[in-house]
Amino acid sequence: MSDHENAGYDEWLDAIAGGDGYFLECGNGHGSLPPRRICPECGATDLETTPLPEAGTVETYTVVHVAAPSFADDVPYTTAVAKFGPVRLTGVADDDVEVGTDVSVKIGESETTGDRLLRFERR
Amino acid sequence: MTGVRIAGVGLTHFGKHPERTGRDLFAEASEHAFADSGVSHDDIEALYYGNFMGELAEHQGHQGPLMAEAAGVRAPATRYESACASSGVAIRQAVKDVRNGEADALLVGGAERMNNLGTAGTTEALAIAADDLYEVRAGMTFPGAYALMARAYFDEFGGSREDLAHIAVKNHEHALPNEHAQFQNEISIEQALDAPMIAEPLGLFDACPITDGASAAVLVSDEYAEEHGLDAPVSITGTGQGGDRMALQGRDYLARSPAAEEAAEEAYAEAGIDAGDVDVAEVHDCFTIAEVLALEALDFYAPGEAIGAARRGETTRDGDRPINLSGGLKAKGHPVGATGTSQLVEMTRILRGDHPNSDSVPDAKTGVTHNAGGTVASATVHVLEVVS
Ligand SMILES: [Zn+2]
Repeated sequence: MSDHENAGYDEWLDAIAGGDGYFLECGNGHGSLPPRRICPECGATDLETTPLPEAGTVETYTVVHVAAPSFADDVPYTTAVAKFGPVRLTGVADDDVEVGTDVSVKIGESETTGDRLLRFERR
Repeated sequence: MTGVRIAGVGLTHFGKHPERTGRDLFAEASEHAFADSGVSHDDIEALYYGNFMGELAEHQGHQGPLMAEAAGVRAPATRYESACASSGVAIRQAVKDVRNGEADALLVGGAERMNNLGTAGTTEALAIAADDLYEVRAGMTFPGAYALMARAYFDEFGGSREDLAHIAVKNHEHALPNEHAQFQNEISIEQALDAPMIAEPLGLFDACPITDGASAAVLVSDEYAEEHGLDAPVSITGTGQGGDRMALQGRDYLARSPAAEEAAEEAYAEAGIDAGDVDVAEVHDCFTIAEVLALEALDFYAPGEAIGAARRGETTRDGDRPINLSGGLKAKGHPVGATGTSQLVEMTRILRGDHPNSDSVPDAKTGVTHNAGGTVASATVHVLEVVS
C-alpha cells in the first residue's frame, strides 16, 4: 500500500512518533493537516505549525469485521474519529473506546502489512 | 430555455455477471434505452457516461469512446467519475447541454463490473473513494465509513439497529416484482439483526450487495420530442449538485449530509417545488443508514426524524411517500457507476406507469432521485415531473 513516499504526510507521522504532533493553523484559527499549502476554509497561505493537543475525544467509532486485504490479519479492529482541538484525526483505536472516550495519538502499525498508522490509546 | 425530456430508458439485470465485460453490459442497457425512445442512433450528439473503478476491475481507462462504440453511437464521449455519484453527474451535464441549446439528443448512462474482483478486491477498490492518507491507512472501509456515520447518528439523535433493519426489510419487499433486481427475496427483521457484522453497528443486511450492471437513458429537448412525435411524458425539471470535504474527519457534520442538502435545494428551486410536492423518491441507500441521511437531506424529515420512517410505514409501498420502490441499492443492487442513471430509469417508469410498482403510486406526478458519492462528499439530486 505505502510503496511510495508522501512528503508532508510522512514527516507528520515522524513528528507524532517523536511526541511532537502538530496541525496547521491559518491566521483565522482554522486547523488542517499536511500536506497542505492552502487553508481549506479560507484560502489563506500563511499556515503555521501548531502543537497538537495531547488529549483528543472520540466522536465516533466502528469495529470492522470485513477488511480490505491490507488489513486482513487485523480483523476485528476498531477505527475511530477523534477530535484534537480544531482538527479531527482518524485512527485505529483500543477496542474498548466509546463516544466521549479521551485518547492520545501514537504511531502503531498494521498487523497485516507492518505499515505505520495512527493509533488512539485510552488516556 | 428548453425543457429536457426522458425519451427512453434501459437497464441490464443487476446482479452477478462476472464473466460479462463492461462494454457488453452498457451495450445491452443502451439497446433497451434506444428501443424505448424511438430516437435514431445517428441523432445522438454526445455520450456522458459514469464509471468508478474500471481501471481496477477491467484494466480499462478512457471508457467514454469505448462505450459510445459499444452503444453504436458516433459522437464525442466523456467518462464522469464521482465515485458512486458518477452517472448522477453525467446526467447533470446532459441536462445542462440540452438547456443551453448545445444538443437536442444525448445518451447518458453508466456501467460497473465488480464481482470479478471478489469481496476482498471489491472492498479494496471501493475504499479508493475515501482519503487514502487519512482514512484508508487507518483501516477505513466503505462500510466502515458509513458505520462511523451511523454511530454518530445514534449518538446525536438516537435510533437502533432495529430501525435500520426495517429499511432493509422494506427495500427487499419493494424489489420482489422488479425483474432487474439482484435480490427478489423477502427478509425478516430477525434475519437482518442476526446477520454477521461487517462494521458495527452495520451488519451484512445493512449493506448493498456487490453488483454488475449498466443503465442508460436517451434525453432530448422539448423541440426534438415534438418534431419527432415522441411519447416522452417525463421531464427533468431540476438538477442540483453539492459537495463536502473528502474525509469524514474534515466535515462540519458526521450525522448529516450537507452536500445532498445543497443539491436538493438547488434542484427544488429550479423545478419550483418544495419537499412537500414530492410524491415518490429513489435515494442512495448503499447502507441502510444512508437512506436515513438521504431523507433528511431531501427535507422530507428534519434531522434526527427519518430513522423511524420505515418502521412507522411512512416510506413503504403503501406509505405516504414510498422510498425506493425499485428496491433501492440495498436490494436492486449497486453497480457503482451505473447507479445514478438507474435511479432515473426506475423513476421514469414509476411516473410513466409501466414499472411493476407503479400501481403503488397511481397519481404520482413528481419524483426525485438522490445519488451520493463516497460518504456524500459528492451528491446530485434530480427532479422528474410528468409533463404530458
Ligand atoms: Zn483559514
